[in-house]
Amino acid sequence: MISGAVDLGPVWLTLQLAGITVLILLTLGTPLAWWLVHTRSKFRVGIEAVVALPLVLPPTVLGFYLLILLGPNGWVGGSVEALTGSPLSFSFAGLVFASTLYSLPFVVQPLQSNFESLGNAPIETAASLGASRWDAFYSVILPLSRRGYLTATVLGFAHTLGEFGVVLMVGGNIPGKTKVISIEIYDRVEVMEYSQAHILSGGLLLFSFLVLLMVYSLNKKLPVNFS
Amino acid sequence: MTEIEKKPRRIGSILLGFFLLNISFAQADELRIAVASNFLLPLKELTREFRNSTGEKVVLISGSTGKLYAQIKHGAPFDILLAADSVRPKLLEKEGLGIAGTRFTYALGRLVLWSVNSKFPFRNDLQVLGQKNFRYLAIANPKTAPYGKAAEQVLRKKGLWKKVQNRLVRGENISQTFQFVMTGNADMGFIAFSQFGRDQKQRTGYSWTIPEEWHDPIRQQALLLKRAKTNKSALDFLNFLQSKRIKKLIESYGYSLEN
Repeated sequence: MISGAVDLGPVWLTLQLAGITVLILLTLGTPLAWWLVHTRSKFRVGIEAVVALPLVLPPTVLGFYLLILLGPNGWVGGSVEALTGSPLSFSFAGLVFASTLYSLPFVVQPLQSNFESLGNAPIETAASLGASRWDAFYSVILPLSRRGYLTATVLGFAHTLGEFGVVLMVGGNIPGKTKVISIEIYDRVEVMEYSQAHILSGGLLLFSFLVLLMVYSLNKKLPVNFS
Repeated sequence: MTEIEKKPRRIGSILLGFFLLNISFAQADELRIAVASNFLLPLKELTREFRNSTGEKVVLISGSTGKLYAQIKHGAPFDILLAADSVRPKLLEKEGLGIAGTRFTYALGRLVLWSVNSKFPFRNDLQVLGQKNFRYLAIANPKTAPYGKAAEQVLRKKGLWKKVQNRLVRGENISQTFQFVMTGNADMGFIAFSQFGRDQKQRTGYSWTIPEEWHDPIRQQALLLKRAKTNKSALDFLNFLQSKRIKKLIESYGYSLEN
């Protein structure tokens, strides 16, 4: 690459990573958050704690375990290799796996508190009117949870954009596959190519601000939670 | 103001006090050596000896040479730089951040191709890299790590650079490159000979030491940094590093020495 030009590859890659991660997390997070709110299982507290772990663990802990787990000798990487022919480390799929773990609480917790605030009333009402469980969820719970979903989506997306330590440890810095914006910025700063670092950092700063601005203003317009 | 509101403030000032106290202690008398990752292992042994004979406390900060250089340029409080090349020490000397005339070569590094995977037996050549059956080749980032740069030179010289492009993974420094290979995440990698440890304790799998003439010499230089101009223990350490006994020890990690 010509020095001076900004490589947009990492930007595009990061957006893809964050987008896919959020989609996966919304899919997995919805039933998980719902279960956490409504279950009486004795495992609930334990699962809740596990979900919150990425909030408190240094990314290096996650990165270290993932390096072992995703490699050809690890049980995740090993099984994936047996199925697909390649392990997960140094691959985009590996980063998706890592980001899903890393951003899990940022999606599950907003959904959980959203479902909690709804209580049992809406779903009971829907049931008494003859709606099936799925129907009740789609036509009653989802519309009432728009705020929760918006928050979960934005936080999950933004947190994945900002991912650094884990990617540094399991990514291998491959352009087009694992070289995300944060790594690119780090690289540029290390070799003192500040002009490129400035452009990417400034862009990320502006983007993050605009996204949050959008969320907060949209949040005001959305209906207040059911009570 | 209520009692409850006052409390956090008092705790805050106590913490701040400790913090400031800690800073002044930390700056008092410890020797800070910034070291290129490849030399960290020998340096640990070396500083143990230094501490035993002088009682000086030594703190080691390791990273790629390029990163340490950038940190020093931005005022990192280091006393000595043990780089993995001669380029950055020369620059620092020229820029006035190192003390002129204190720069010397403490070791000549050797590059090794290494694999722990029995699927890739290789002998005294790089033929295995021309094959298509391996997935990842790890090198250190050539922009910041001299061993990465040497690896790039070797690959270019042998006409393999373009061929391996989509199989390259770059470690942030040579330590991470070593990790990639050791954990089996990369099938092969170019690492520093010294990383096998003293008398090659860690040497497993297949390894081949690249002929020295395939890359520019990895001339690892030491430099006394500006803030340590009059620091006696820093000067002592640099002398210690050039003593016969220590040179022997450095050699036992697989480095060559300059005649």
